Amino acid sequence: MDVNLNFIYGHLPYWLFIILMLSGLFIVVSRGNLIKKIVGLNIFQTSVFMFYISIGKMKGGTAPILLDKSADNSAVIYSNPLPHVLILTAIVVGIATTALGLALIIKIREEYDTVEEDDIQKMDQKDLKKYNKKNVLETNS
Amino acid sequence: MALTLKHLFAVIMLSGAFSLVSAMLFVVMDAVDVAFTEAAVGAGVSTVLMLATMALTVRVQKETKRAIILPLVVVCLVGVLLIYGTLDMPNFGAFDSPAQIHLGSTYLSITYKDMGIPNVVTGILASYRGYDTLGETVVVLTAGLGVILLLSGLKGRKDKE
Repeated sequence: MDVNLNFIYGHLPYWLFIILMLSGLFIVVSRGNLIKKIVGLNIFQTSVFMFYISIGKMKGGTAPILLDKSADNSAVIYSNPLPHVLILTAIVVGIATTALGLALIIKIREEYDTVEEDDIQKMDQKDLKKYNKKNVLETNS
Repeated sequence: MALTLKHLFAVIMLSGAFSLVSAMLFVVMDAVDVAFTEAAVGAGVSTVLMLATMALTVRVQKETKRAIILPLVVVCLVGVLLIYGTLDMPNFGAFDSPAQIHLGSTYLSITYKDMGIPNVVTGILASYRGYDTLGETVVVLTAGLGVILLLSGLKGRKDKE
């Protein structure tokens, strides 16, 4: 019983991050507004970062900034610095992709005059039908 | 909240607040460098970019009816698979997890000798993983070029009209 409770407490953070990630995924899949999709993507991304950082966390540890520079630091527990390095890179790349996505949204709005996915798909289908009809007429004549 | 709100301004502000809260969570999990990058980039730059996009496009989301069953099923399926994947993981904060015993302690002991920087994260980022950081700047440059190309084409079109 005690072992079970320990297991649940030890894995609860991971599960919470996964639930947060799923809520981001749900926003991306179920909402038609493109700006909302970008917000959902950001939530998704940040929860993955949280998951990575939580892997590097050590119980009773402190931030990986050396307190005693001369010693070999065996007396102080530091959390693992490697996930932090990876996630720092990932955050900056993430903002770059977000900026590109937002620029694409502005361009889409300029072209279609809407940022709703449903409207864009409807207009695309209408265009395709018109194009097909034109092609059929040309081949017949 | 972000699901039901119609006003995009509120959605974007909530997203900024979420970034700040997650920065606090990073501090709690000992990742101070990540925390202030997230606070500056996630809550600052990203919010400003989204607000600019909103100002250039629309402020209110249109009412649309979309099927909700299929996304829900997909999300639940992914969730079950991911949680099944965590069952084999070590406990949160464990000392003997593979991530802790493999390389982290080595870097902690050699970084100051090699670089003379007490902040281990900065030391690794700027030296051992210098090429990685160089690649990151290339990605940022590419994204910036993409944004400039997309938005400059936009201006030309407006001039024509």
